Formats: sequence, structure tokens, C-alpha cells
Amino acid sequence: MNDLTPTREQREAALEGLGCKRKRVEDIRFTQGKGNYVDDVKLPGMLHGDFVRSPHAHARVKSIDSDEALKVPGVLAVITAETLKTVNLAWMPTLAGDVQMVLADGKVLFQNQEVAFVVATDRYAADDGVSKVQVEYEPLPPLVDPFKSMAPDAPVLREDLAGKDTGAHGPRKHHNHIFEWMVGDKELTDAAFKKADVTIKELISYHRTHPSPLETCQCVCSFDKVKGELTIWGTFQAPHVIRTVVSLIAKLPEQKIHVISPDIGGGFGNKVGAYPGYICAAVASIVTGKPVKWVEDRIENLTATSFARDYHMTAEIAATGDGKVTGLRVHVLADHGAFDACADPSKWPAGFFNIVTGSYDFPVAHLTVDGVYTNKAPGGVAYRCSFRVTEAAYCIERAMDILAQKLGMDPAELRLKNLIRREQFPYHSALGWEYDSGDYHTALRKMMEVTDYAALRKEQASRRAAFKRGETREIMGLGVSFFTEIVGAGPSKNCDILGIAMFDSCEIRLHPTGAGIARMGTKSQGQGHETTWAQIIASEIGIPADNIMVEEGNTDNAPYGLGTYGSRSTPVAGAAIAMAARKIKAKAQMIAAYKLEVHEDDLEWDIDGFRVKGLPEKFMSMKDICWAAYNSVPPGMEPGLEAVSYYDPPNMTYPFGAYLCVMDIDVDTGVHKIRHFYALDDCGTRINPMIIEGQVHGGLTEAFAIAMGQEIRYDEGGNVVTGSFMDFFMPTAVETPHWETDFTVTPSPHHPIGAKGVGESPNVGGVPAFSNAVNDAFSFLGSTHIQMPHDYWRNWQAAKNLGVFAA
Amino acid sequence: MIPGAFNYHRPASVTDAVKLLSTLGEDARPLAGGHSLVPMMKLRLATPSHLIDLQDVAGLKGIRREGDKVVIGAMTTQHELLASEEIRTTLPILQEAAAVIADPQVRYRGTIGGNVANGDPGNDMPALMMTLGAAYRLEGPNGAREIAASEFYQGAYFTALEPGEILTAVSIPAPAAGHGYAYEKLKRKVGDYATAGAAVVLTMAAGKVGACAIGLTNLHETPLLATDAANAVIGTSLDPATLEKAASAAQAIMSPASDARGPVEYRKHVGGIMVMRALQRAASRAS
Amino acid sequence: MAKTHISMKVNGTEFEGLVEPRALLVHFIRENLALTGTHIGCETTHCGACTIDIDGMSVKSCTMFAVQANGSEITTIEGMANADGTLSPLQEGFRMMHGLQCGYCTPGMIMRAHRLLKENPSPTEEEIRQGIAGNICRCTGYQNIVKAIQYAAAKLGGVEFKEAAE
Repeated sequence: MNDLTPTREQREAALEGLGCKRKRVEDIRFTQGKGNYVDDVKLPGMLHGDFVRSPHAHARVKSIDSDEALKVPGVLAVITAETLKTVNLAWMPTLAGDVQMVLADGKVLFQNQEVAFVVATDRYAADDGVSKVQVEYEPLPPLVDPFKSMAPDAPVLREDLAGKDTGAHGPRKHHNHIFEWMVGDKELTDAAFKKADVTIKELISYHRTHPSPLETCQCVCSFDKVKGELTIWGTFQAPHVIRTVVSLIAKLPEQKIHVISPDIGGGFGNKVGAYPGYICAAVASIVTGKPVKWVEDRIENLTATSFARDYHMTAEIAATGDGKVTGLRVHVLADHGAFDACADPSKWPAGFFNIVTGSYDFPVAHLTVDGVYTNKAPGGVAYRCSFRVTEAAYCIERAMDILAQKLGMDPAELRLKNLIRREQFPYHSALGWEYDSGDYHTALRKMMEVTDYAALRKEQASRRAAFKRGETREIMGLGVSFFTEIVGAGPSKNCDILGIAMFDSCEIRLHPTGAGIARMGTKSQGQGHETTWAQIIASEIGIPADNIMVEEGNTDNAPYGLGTYGSRSTPVAGAAIAMAARKIKAKAQMIAAYKLEVHEDDLEWDIDGFRVKGLPEKFMSMKDICWAAYNSVPPGMEPGLEAVSYYDPPNMTYPFGAYLCVMDIDVDTGVHKIRHFYALDDCGTRINPMIIEGQVHGGLTEAFAIAMGQEIRYDEGGNVVTGSFMDFFMPTAVETPHWETDFTVTPSPHHPIGAKGVGESPNVGGVPAFSNAVNDAFSFLGSTHIQMPHDYWRNWQAAKNLGVFAA
Repeated sequence: MIPGAFNYHRPASVTDAVKLLSTLGEDARPLAGGHSLVPMMKLRLATPSHLIDLQDVAGLKGIRREGDKVVIGAMTTQHELLASEEIRTTLPILQEAAAVIADPQVRYRGTIGGNVANGDPGNDMPALMMTLGAAYRLEGPNGAREIAASEFYQGAYFTALEPGEILTAVSIPAPAAGHGYAYEKLKRKVGDYATAGAAVVLTMAAGKVGACAIGLTNLHETPLLATDAANAVIGTSLDPATLEKAASAAQAIMSPASDARGPVEYRKHVGGIMVMRALQRAASRAS
Repeated sequence: MAKTHISMKVNGTEFEGLVEPRALLVHFIRENLALTGTHIGCETTHCGACTIDIDGMSVKSCTMFAVQANGSEITTIEGMANADGTLSPLQEGFRMMHGLQCGYCTPGMIMRAHRLLKENPSPTEEEIRQGIAGNICRCTGYQNIVKAIQYAAAKLGGVEFKEAAE
């Protein structure tokens, strides 16, 4: 040992492994404008496709006249449902077991639904062509209110389902009914309510919104007529699934389909499912033999691709007089739009909404969900929701605040009284989940201490008095949110997408010079996998992260995976990465033992190599082992150093967090100011704290937008009134508050590196914090529940309804 | 998002611009900064067959004094207004308003001429011009004329501009030294049109309002001059009761649209609040 | 529609092209000049992903016709790196401060920040937020973008950058 020998700290640091704030690999190209996004793909002879869309929410399509459009220079074809029927693609299956029109087949069911696809030599001609297609509609009465969807005289939307009284998820009660989903114990829950000291019941609506990533959905489909092979570049969060789906519905052999997700400009669940644009571009390419690009506009993205939420939740809590919860009952009316295109695992029509017992120890609970059709865009599961967890968390967190108000208890105190205790983990919830680990009380107490919650409540009390005396026109609210997430879909026993189990995968191959390449079945859209996946490998096998190239998104090279959404990448693929790395490490140990002439058991792992126990100078680095793998492996062993792992998780993971929003509202204008937002997240083992913080900032900003005004709203005629960035609230740096982040670490006991995932937690926990803050601000004036979103005008309306402006 | 096809012209003089607009008729539109027109063209809500680009036309730029008037060339951008020392000292309310129009990029291109001439009820400058007693200089096939801003607006997107005319400059009488001013704009976010906007220019003497003008933005299909509201405060010390009176008088002439910014009742309510806050802030600045 | 001949200087190089009058500047840059770093995120001039620097101004290139830019001097994200290929202070700041995730808003954001720092070499946090109000980001929540710009401002000013305590 001398001055030149690196210390253990230096060797550790050189790896840039787990826990390190490694700077991102992706940034080198992104900051130079050298990313490769779908619209950057240019192929010789490439054509462009664009949609004719319905102005009506509900109408018969009497005729489509393409004559004028075909005369536009550059327009080559106008594809309609009639064209698609010849290849049995006028309809396509959805991920939720429904079917969806690719192009209008006799009628349209939502405003901006795809009616015809114009193919032209460039996007300008395509747009001209679209403007010249003449469609004759016969408007029909639109159904916009989900509460009226199952009225006896409600309009018939899905004529294709006439006579079908069973859907993919069981019996249907009405022509606009999709499914009924029930979980829990009705009898025990009813009994708990019967003998409860206190009950609350409230309709809590989570309005329709949209993930709106900055890059819209797009694809380039290129069919090689000679080879009979289809290559698709697309904004796909799950490229392998897209490949399998295309193979099944287009009846093309799967090995002849190459799906590539290049760089993706944000996903947030908007880019999981298949859209008509992908199908039409593929068909157009197959027919013309030329590549066809489809790039949607923002208005198209907001009004026709997968929306998020639109859940009307009636929540009831039963409790003792001193605030111990004894039962939970929830009914949900789920508005799915015209087709049930939810991107849920197939057995879960309402996603994992049954996490609605949240962070609290409910002994009994009962949940029913009714899904219905309306004349709105299809979809539902998107926008950092972890399959309806955002809805569930909002429901229970609002309900707990309402209960606290009825009991005259502080909302944080009520939570402390009912949070699942650390000793209860693994915890079996009344609605069927086994929560892996948690230390909720520590997290909530930390939040209360760091924010000086008690002082804030004192301040609120004095401000309320001042308001009542007419000394101020501002009211102050504290929004508490304690959420439990359920992510990492999921175990094959209950999670599949169209029949494919929701494992994920990693393949690692090390090169002779101590470098390597790794590919996974996930697909980052900004989460930084190229950076973080290498960190896991670095810590596991002692090769510096900088020496590991990470690739995702090319289905020819990457092992099969179910993609990135629902915060599943770290729990599932992260585990596969560790397992593959450990296979390599096991082989490396055998090689090292052979080279060091000891038995395997005489070796111990030491940061970046194996050392002989008791003989510290006998050490072989991973770098040297890589070289040895290609020239001197033990007799009988294959050369090379690689492994693949397909990981079927034994359980979901359960990140959690404690958030506090301090908000002031000017009653005269309804303008709100976020004075302070504190977010404590526990995602188990933290792979890269810098990236975690970035995810929390981003998710909180989305939550802020959603809670405070971001809405996809329809008028009674079924017209979208918030269909562009003019009215769809996208906060700028000026409106967006400052975020204070914090953390605790409660590893997942079943995950190879104890990590749980964090991407969606801030949206899950954030919205309740903002909405609870608004509600908490007004509650002293007499309100129980003010619905989201909390636009300025709605805050003013709430004040008015409470008599604030009465003379 | 692709506009329809059009012919593009780039004249070098006002005379040529006017000649093009007159001969090409209704299907020709002048193009200034383009940040109102081009978005409409991209949605095919506007489909002119000819665009007359004014960027090279001589004499439409610059900010100068003509006696007691500040004359601003129609092609002066919001950014240039914000950078102008003359405007900062003589017409600071213009800078306060320009700073809350759109966003930095749009302000680099958006012009005062475009903002006042297209008749969009959401634009911020028109009510300001009325409050300042400004006049618009127009040039058309029948020569040049001047029209008071207060007489220019006839309806939503409907102005006194005759066919073939373009606005060449805005002429604003310099407010008295020591005047108080404020532009209160309530909006949902940066870049949005006003949910309600109120412009106030006043003078104070011995704690009482001497002269006062109040303009209202996006609270009607045209910008409004709230004369009754302004008269209600003259000679007062802007006590709470007077402020309420002014707000009510202003509300009486408002008829805002109900839209995603809020229902009519809300917009009128906050319109009144903006008037009160603008009066208070203007008074605090007056000397 | 007859095409018009235009020429302009982009990232220091003269370019020419034949375009329809209605060709948007952003399409000219991305398609004719094959500079795909400038992105498109909306069609209503809100998002700022298409922001470039033209004749000393930050402009949303989706709201200009290429013909309007005839004779202009433009810098896009591809022109920002140092001559030796290393990252400019802004590019470095975005990387060091984690001011990007998906990268889609980043070129427009950097181009806007570039002009912002020329307008105001030592902006306060409030001035930075107002300064980038024409650029939407969906991933970062802006907090680290502010830090990235502060980092660059410090580096350009020859001052040591100190991250503000949380």
C-alpha cells in the first residue's frame, strides 16, 4: 500500500454506483440538440399522414367524400374505415378488453375522433388534404354526464355491443355500462357502519385531465415489401408490447416486426397504448411500400389520446368517537369515454384502486366500481397514476380530512392515530394488498417537525380570527397528505398485459477490456435509465458506471419487457438488473478463484473485485476478471461474461410519503399562493438522489397543475372547451412553487436492492396536499368539501357560496 | 398546424403597403409581429391569400417626442417599449402593461400597432391607449388621418380601420409630471389574456384626486373607458367608500364573456377589484 | 404555390433554400437545414420548445415564416457548444444541476436562457423565472432549470457558483 493506491472511498467513488448523484449520460446529447426523437427520423421517400377528425361528439357518418382532397398536389390516398375493413383493422382491441374504432365506422363517438387518414408526400400537403375531405354527419344527442349514462332513456353509444350483456370484466347492467368491480367484505363493512359512533359520506370527484408530455404521440412506419418486414419508430413506453400487439392484429410474423422507441420527450402514461395513428401509418406503409410518418398536433393530443382520471368517488368512513377508523366504503362511477382503452393490467378494470384504504389501518372495507361509456375521448389510466392510485389516494386523503373536520380533530393527529404501525408490516389491507414495508409514524412526525406544523396551526388560528374581524381578506390553509403508493406491476399471478405476464428483464454482457453493455425491457422517457441502471450494475459488479453502456427501446436487441409506466422500472427491471449482475458476479467469482488458485469460498467481494480472505494482497479486480473471461476460464467453463435475467416480482412495492402544503388564498380574487410545500418521500433504497429529487419536483408540478386548474372539460354538447394550451393549464416557472424535498429510507424486504420506485409518488401525494390545503383554508367558514380543480374563479365561487361577500 | 397557402409581399414604403392592401382587397392582411395572425393561420381560422409583411417599411419604427406628444411607430415591439428610456420616464404605465403581455419571446416580436389595431378584446394596449387619450395615425388609399383611440373600437375584431388602411403610429399626450399610474391585470398565468384588467392614470393634489382616467381590458367586446368611475373619484381622497363607488360604476358598464377564466359574475367582481387596486396603486405613485 | 428563394446565416454558416411563403421557420430549420435540435410541442405559440435566437432576439420559430427570416442571423442549439466541442456554460449548467429529464424542452430553454443572460447577466431567481416564462417544461418543475441558469451566469461572470441551501 502506498500513496498511489486508491483508498476504499476512492474506489467506491470511482464506480459512481448506488446512492451517488451521478450526472446524467443522456444530457451530453440532449443539451446539444442531438437527441433522436421520432420526428427527427427521416427516411428516403417518406410520406406523411394526418387525420380528418369529427367536430361532433356523437353523430352518424353519412358519407366521406375524398374527391377534392385527392386533387390536392401531393395527396396520395385517403384511408377510411372501409379501407381498413379489407385488412380487418377498422377496429382494434384495447388493453382493457374492449374494442376501439381505428377510423369512424358508421358513427363517431367523441369530438375529434379519427374519421379518415390522408397520406401525402409532405405534412403541408397532408394538412391541405385534410381540409378538403368532405364528411357528412347526422348529429346524435351526446351523452356527457356520466351520472346520466345509465338512465333508462340514455342515448345508445356502442351499437357494436348491442345485445352483449357481458363484457371483458363480467356482466353489464345497461347499454352504457362497461363493468362492475367489487372488492372487500360488504357484510362486515355494513356492520361496522351500523355500529359506528361517527360516519362521513362525501362525493369526491377527480376531474378529467391529461398527461400532456411536451412531445406529442408520433411514429414512423416503414414496410419493406421485399423482405416483408415492418419497422416502426414510435413514442412507445412499452415497445415490446407494441410489437406483439401489431403482430397479432396485423397478422405479421413477430420476428419480422422491428419496433424502436428512440428518445421520447416525456410519457407520463400518455404513450403506453396503441393509437389509431400508429395503425393507420402502418397500414399506409404496407399499402404504399413507403415509410409513413404520423405526428399529432397538441390539440389532437389533448382531445383524442389517453386522458387521465374522471373518477367520481363516494367515500364513507366509519369511526369511533375518539377517531379510530373502523370501516371504509367507496363507490366509484368511472367515466371511460367512448371506448374502455384504459392501460390497466388485464385483470384490473379499475387498476389498483383498491389501495384506497391508503396508509390507514381499516379493519374492514368494501369497494364497488361501475365503469360507464360517455361521448368523450377513450382512455383513463395515465398521468403518473400507477393504475388509479392517484384517484384512490385523493379519495382517502380528502375523506380523512373530512372525518377530521367532523370529529373536530386536527388532520395530522387523526392520521397519527390511524396510520399502519411499523410492527404491522408486511400489512394485509382489508382490500387485498400486502404492503411490503413502511415506517409511517416516523415520516409523518418528521414532516410535522421540519415544517413546524404546530406553529402553522397556531398562525392559522390567529389569521382566521383576523379574517372574521375584517382585518384581512386572505385565508390560510394547511394541506396534509400521507400517501401509500402501490407500484412495480407486477407478480405474474395477478398482473398481465393482454396475457403477457408483467415481469421485466435485463441482459448484461461484459467485454474483455472491463467495459460492458446492458439492455433492459424498460424504456425511459426522461427518468434517466441510461444513468441509473449503470449505477446498479456498477455497485453489483464493481465496474465503473461510465464503462457500462445502457440501451433500451430496440425490440430486436433488448430482452422482452413490459415497458416503463406505473413506476415499475426500478421495482421490476431494477431487480432484474441486480439479478443478472449477480449471475455475472457468481461466474466472476469462479474465474477469480481459479486464477488466484483458491476455492470460491475463500474469496470475499471487495468493492471492485474479489479478495482472498485473510490474504489482502491476493486480489483480482473485475476488470482483470473480464479479460480472463475471454482467455483463461476454468476447464469446462464457457468463455465470456454475460447473463440475462427475467424477473417476476414476488409482490408489488409500496413507496410512501408525507407532504404538507401551506397556502394562502385571496377571497376577493380567488388567487392562491403556495407559501411552502414540503415533500418527504420514502422510496426505499435511493439509487440516485439527484434524479429522485428531479422526479419529485416534476411530479409535484404536475400535481399542482391538476389540483389548481388543469382540466379536460366538456360542455353539454360534448365539445372540449379546454383543448389547447390556451385553456389547459400548463404552469410556467412563474406559477410553479418552490419545492422542499426530504426523505426517509425503508427498504423493500423483497427487492434485491431494497428499492421501491418513486416517479409517480409526487403526483399521487401532491394533489391531495393541494386540495386539502384549499379545503382546509375554507373549512372554518362552513364548507365540508370543495371540488377540484381549484381555479381562481372556483375559489371565489366557494367564498361566495359561504357568504363571504354577503352585505 | 399548417397554414393555408398565400402570396408574400414585402414592401419598402407605406405607400407601397397601402397600394398592395387596397388592390388585393379583403383577402390581404398586413403582417406585423405575426403573433396574433400566424397562430390563427396555423389553425386555419384565418386564411388570407396575401400577406403584406411590414418589417421593411420605412418610418414605422422609433419612439420620439413631438412637442407634448410621444409618438411611437406602429412596428415598435413590446420589448423595445420595455427598453426605452423615453417610455420609462414619460409613460411608465406602458412598461407596466407591456411587462404583463404574453411572454419574453412574444414580446420580442409583438408590436404596439398589432396590439392596438386588430380589435381583439383581450389585448392590453387598447384600454391603455384610451386611458391615456391617445390617437392612432392611419394611412390609406385616401391619405392620412388621425382618430382617437376612444373612437376606434366598434366591436370584437371590428374597428374603424377602413379597407386599405394601416396604422403607422400611436400618438400619446405626455401625462403630467408626477402623475400616478397603474395597470392591474388579473390573469390565470403568465401569457394569458386578462381575466380582468384596469388601467388608471391620475394626478393628486393635497391628498385629493385632481384628474383621473380609467380603462378596462377584456371586460366587454371592446376596451372600455370607465368615465363614470373616474368621475366618481375626482376630488376625493380615495377612501374605501369612494373606491367601492368607482368599482360599482365600472362594473355597470362591463359585460365580460363567460369562458374558462370564469363566469360573468366572477369577472365583473374581479374587474371591480382591479379598478380599486389600480386606483390605490396609482395614488401611491403620484407626487 | 411558387417557391421563394431565401438565405440566412445559421450557426455561422450561410444557408439558402427554396420555400413556399407559408413554410414555418421551425420546419425550414428542422427539415431543409436538417437541424433537428429545435423541437415542436404545440401549435398555439405557448410552449417555447421551438425557441431560437434570431437577430439578437429570442423568438418562437413556429410563429414565423421562413420568408420573414430572409437575411437574418440565427443561432440554434446546435450552435451553442464551444468551438472545441465542449459544452458551453449553459449546457454544462443544465447537466450539473439536473435541469433536464426528457430533453425535449431543453434546446428551446437553453436558447432562451442564452438571450436572457445577455439581457441580464446576473438575474435574481424571480427574474430567471419571469425570463423563462415563455418555455414550458413538463419534467423538471423548473427548480433545477433555475439553478442551471444561475450556474451558467456565475461561470460566465467568472464567479464561483454556490447552490442556495434548500
